Amino acid sequence: MKKLSARRRHPLAAVVVLLLALAATGGLYAAFAPADKAQADETAQSLAIDEGKKLYAVGCASCHGTGGQGTSDGPSLVGVGAAAVDFQVGTGRMPAQQPGAQVPKKKNIYNQAEIDQLAAYVASLGAGPAVPTDKQYNPEGADIGKGGELFRSNCAQCHNFTGEGGALTHGKFAPSLEGVSPKHIYEAMQTGPQNMPSFPDTTMPEKEKKDIIAYIDAVNGDETPSPGGLSLGGLGPVSEGLFAWIFGLGVMIAVAVWVAARTAKAKKS
Amino acid sequence: MSSQDIPEENLPSEQDAAGHTLQKTADEHPFADPGLPPHEHRVQDVDERAAKSSERTVALLFTISMLATIGFIASYVAFPVEKIVYIWPIGHISALNFALGVTLGIALFCIGAGAVHWARTLMSDVEIVDERHAIEAEPEVRAKVMSDFAAGAEESGFGRRKLIRNTMFGAMALVPLSGVILLRDLGPLPEDKLRHTRWARGKMLVNMNTHEPLRPEDVAVGSLTFAMPEGMSEHDHDFQTEIAKAALMIVRIQPEDIKDKRELEWSHEGIVAYSKICTHVGCPISLYEQQTHHALCPCHQSTFDLSDGARVIFGPAGHALPQLRIGVNEEGYLEALGDFEEPVGPSFWERG
Repeated sequence: MKKLSARRRHPLAAVVVLLLALAATGGLYAAFAPADKAQADETAQSLAIDEGKKLYAVGCASCHGTGGQGTSDGPSLVGVGAAAVDFQVGTGRMPAQQPGAQVPKKKNIYNQAEIDQLAAYVASLGAGPAVPTDKQYNPEGADIGKGGELFRSNCAQCHNFTGEGGALTHGKFAPSLEGVSPKHIYEAMQTGPQNMPSFPDTTMPEKEKKDIIAYIDAVNGDETPSPGGLSLGGLGPVSEGLFAWIFGLGVMIAVAVWVAARTAKAKKS
Repeated sequence: MSSQDIPEENLPSEQDAAGHTLQKTADEHPFADPGLPPHEHRVQDVDERAAKSSERTVALLFTISMLATIGFIASYVAFPVEKIVYIWPIGHISALNFALGVTLGIALFCIGAGAVHWARTLMSDVEIVDERHAIEAEPEVRAKVMSDFAAGAEESGFGRRKLIRNTMFGAMALVPLSGVILLRDLGPLPEDKLRHTRWARGKMLVNMNTHEPLRPEDVAVGSLTFAMPEGMSEHDHDFQTEIAKAALMIVRIQPEDIKDKRELEWSHEGIVAYSKICTHVGCPISLYEQQTHHALCPCHQSTFDLSDGARVIFGPAGHALPQLRIGVNEEGYLEALGDFEEPVGPSFWERG
């Protein structure tokens, strides 16, 4: 005991005490917390819903309401389905950092198991599209050419011809599709996140979604070659024109000024 | 700037030793023409070794250009079109394009750089004044031209033989008509084609993705679908002409969110069908925001509120998007209840 009290002023003493206190609290909580009622009779599904409900209460309820009914800060989640949750949380868009014209994607703070639990809870509020399986969104063997046609008629107006994204009204924008996983692209088409319209299976069947994913992978994947070299963001004539007129012409003017400013005279005046 | 800053030889009084003529102009123009500064020589003008070195530099640049051109031809022959290589920091790029671009760039740049270096270091840089001659001709020359013209006019009988003169005027006035007549070949007049599309009463709305007729239950709230009238095929020779007018975008809005009475009346359970052609200059407009129900035109940012009769809320478009009146036929498919009531697309003179 003497030894302990002698070290009470050690710089790490506070940390040790804090850790001990935390461990004690955790242990007490584990001992006295209401025992899991899902012991034997509950299925894994309802367990996931329960866990999801807890996560929901912490991360989502402040905007979407305690029962997912929606508030003035966030829309109702009844009927949005598991696919919407998997997309919004999986891409880090939800929980939103701050209200604004559009919630951008950011680092995802949940692991896939937690996202699945959240999705299970939200899906239990009302029927909606389920999280797609690998068989649904894997673009293996899909028709890239057909996907290109579909992309240009359904998606390119906002996301640009190769999915580089583009501007919308009042600060909203269609994000770039670069590096977005096939699952998330599929879910976005199915659920229509934020201001994007949805393309449900009734108007765009599963096979066509796969074709579109294959097209995006072909024109905007990591390995996609750019035969012409510097693509300048692939945004089309606006960025190319800006580059040519400002950078290209600017360099030429600068060189002309430099050539003329350097005198060739032997005697510098 | 004080006069001390000006090199002495450039001062007007120093420039003209005689002084008297300059003095006179100096009274009229306080800022007299100081004339040219004395010519200064370049290193290359005085040092033959420097001139030789410049010559070699220019020749080297031209030689590099020649080699680069040979490299251009060689890479055109050597690289297959489909070969992709990784080049930092550009990324995956066609080897052929890269080689052609680099070699042609070097070839052209070296010709330019060589020419500039040649002109700056070796070509004569002595300042030369070349006085401009008077524009007006001598009075004798002018008098002779006038008298020749008068004599010619008299000899031709242009004023005397009025019949010839008048028929000539007539012939020359009529000749351009043959050109004007050919303008007819620019194409038939549009007649009433701008006022009608392929939509008609009873035509089903066909999904452009699946080419299947649409049912109301297919169209979810917040979704966006494009449709064409039944009986059209992408292989028809006039498909592009017809779809340019008939293109339709279909969205579903909760009926209580629809503010315009006529829009609600012309919809089916909240499913509304609008022309996809912007009323400004006819761009396909389908940047639909499902929460705000705004449709944005990518060309000039005209924005339409699809929940309020597609009213223009921003941009240069002159009038709302035309709405197609729709309903459901006996088999449960969405159908048009007529053509658009007004011409689709941009305004034109006779649109009314």
